[in-house]
Amino acid sequence: MKRHLTLTVALGAALLATAGCRSRSAADLPPEPPSSSNPDGAADSDGGVSGVAVPGSRADFIASVPSDRVFFALDSYALDSDSRRTLDAQATWLASNAPVRVTIEGHADERGTREYNIALGDRRANTARDYLQSRGVDPSRMQTISYGKERPAVEGSNEEGYAQNRRAVTVVPE
Amino acid sequence: MLRRLCIAVAFLGLSPPALAQDADPVAPPAAGAQEDDGQLVVDVTGGQRAALPIAVPSMPTPQSADTPAGNTAALGRQVAEIVAADLRNSELFTPIGPSGLTAPSYPQVTAPDFGYFATTGAQNLIQGFVQANADGQLTVGCYLYDVAARSELARQGYVVAPRDWRRAAHRCADSIFSRLTGEGAYFDTRIVYVSETGPARRRIKRLAIMDYDGANHRFLTNGQWTVLTPRFAPNQQTITFMTFQDERPRVMVYEIDSGRTRPLVNTAYQTFAPRYSPDSRHVIFSMAVNGNTDIYRIPVAGGTPQRLTTAPGIDTGGSYSPDGSRIVFESDRGGSQQLYVMDANGGGQQRISFGGGGYATPVWSPRGDLIAFTRTGSFSIGVMPPAGGAGRILNSGGGAEGPSWAPNGRAIMFTRGLSSGQLWYVDVASGATRRVPTPLGGSDPAWSTLRD
Repeated sequence: MKRHLTLTVALGAALLATAGCRSRSAADLPPEPPSSSNPDGAADSDGGVSGVAVPGSRADFIASVPSDRVFFALDSYALDSDSRRTLDAQATWLASNAPVRVTIEGHADERGTREYNIALGDRRANTARDYLQSRGVDPSRMQTISYGKERPAVEGSNEEGYAQNRRAVTVVPE
Repeated sequence: MLRRLCIAVAFLGLSPPALAQDADPVAPPAAGAQEDDGQLVVDVTGGQRAALPIAVPSMPTPQSADTPAGNTAALGRQVAEIVAADLRNSELFTPIGPSGLTAPSYPQVTAPDFGYFATTGAQNLIQGFVQANADGQLTVGCYLYDVAARSELARQGYVVAPRDWRRAAHRCADSIFSRLTGEGAYFDTRIVYVSETGPARRRIKRLAIMDYDGANHRFLTNGQWTVLTPRFAPNQQTITFMTFQDERPRVMVYEIDSGRTRPLVNTAYQTFAPRYSPDSRHVIFSMAVNGNTDIYRIPVAGGTPQRLTTAPGIDTGGSYSPDGSRIVFESDRGGSQQLYVMDANGGGQQRISFGGGGYATPVWSPRGDLIAFTRTGSFSIGVMPPAGGAGRILNSGGGAEGPSWAPNGRAIMFTRGLSSGQLWYVDVASGATRRVPTPLGGSDPAWSTLRD
């Protein structure tokens, strides 16, 4: 497993505090509950912190994989080659951090009706989960949730924003 | 929070009115008109309907009295304003007054100055009064006249608690609307919807309830969790909706009398898109199981879900026909979102929409004659007959979705604005639209049935 030093500009005081509390190795930690209070929170924390990411933590995951998320074409839930590479790296990290459970969030852009987009987000989350499972991740470590179009990653009703919002995000507990 | 309210209806004699406190609520006079063979007589799109001029002067009071709802003299003016606004909303009337009209004296309520009202151009006249009763209740009298014929067409009185004074006005407008058009009433109704505020990434969504015209607005949830797609039970005893509470997205049932909220289905899978059966006994909902979404049915009280669709793909957005025998839903089994109809047990599924761009969120009209839908791609609201066909688009632009029918099938409320929603109203016959006032943004409106 690769360790990364994340040296970035943004300093999250809360994250630093969290990192400071978690000095034990990942193997000693109890299993984390599924992410609850901050869905898609990875997007907020990938600014990173100074110092060594705690193994098994969200920061470690973010630092170790090309992306915590994969993107989809309009009304599609097919994985392209970039997405498969991203999920391959996520599967590798998950294999090295066996106790960690993840939530895979499925999202849609706003150009779909509300109910359909919940179903579409569920498809996307399940596509990512099935792929990770095919790469050896135990399905009992993964749960899915669809937010439909309710939690866009970026504001703005334009193609660029839509492309960022059609996604499945692998959320590792902080 | 929400209480069942009761309005006693009185049949008025000469003043002081004789009150029949135990009289049954008014039966919508147009019920028979709804039992046709599924054919709606609608005006040609874009055609100019001649709106009927109708005078609505301020309503006098036999004796000025202060009540918890205000002074009866002031209430008389406000009741007239509400009656006029309701009739104007229907697009079938051009109300005259109460501004600019001379208000009748109390004795004139039953003896109108027809000569005066004839000069206003009004064909019909609504007069009434507001009276404070000794027991603390209010009586609102409501009289309809034919100006040219100088004759009385109808009279009705409503005995209400002061807090329900607006309902008395809506009931008056409902009775007049039905008397003059032969159609069902729809003003004494409520809307449950999702109040929205904040940027899209941090949108706060709360369940809220209000009268159909935006009055008496109340929040039902505190906004901690995103809520979606509330629906009124036809019997108005429960509201079903979807919540992301505890990051466990699922359909809940809110019991209006007790204020209790409980899950509709006990399952770890995501449930959404609930809608009641016409008898209020069942809810159909969608459940996503490993990427495949189907429609299920379950008793409102709980039980074992019965699966109604099995096609691979997304089957969602089900809505019952008013007789409960069939369900219209959307499915992408054919490649794009299209509308399908099936028997209530899931049998006999057949596609009814064939246009490009897709059709979604079908809702069967309470009259049974039309199905409202969202046209995806253009995001407009339209209607089509249950047998299928091209359909007719009612509004264009603005990113519309999620239609909900008024109980008489005359109007539709819907969400406008994909990234920041507002509630809008469209008159189905004329296509006239207007915004429904809400304190914040709004989405997912659901119209109640006519109140008891």
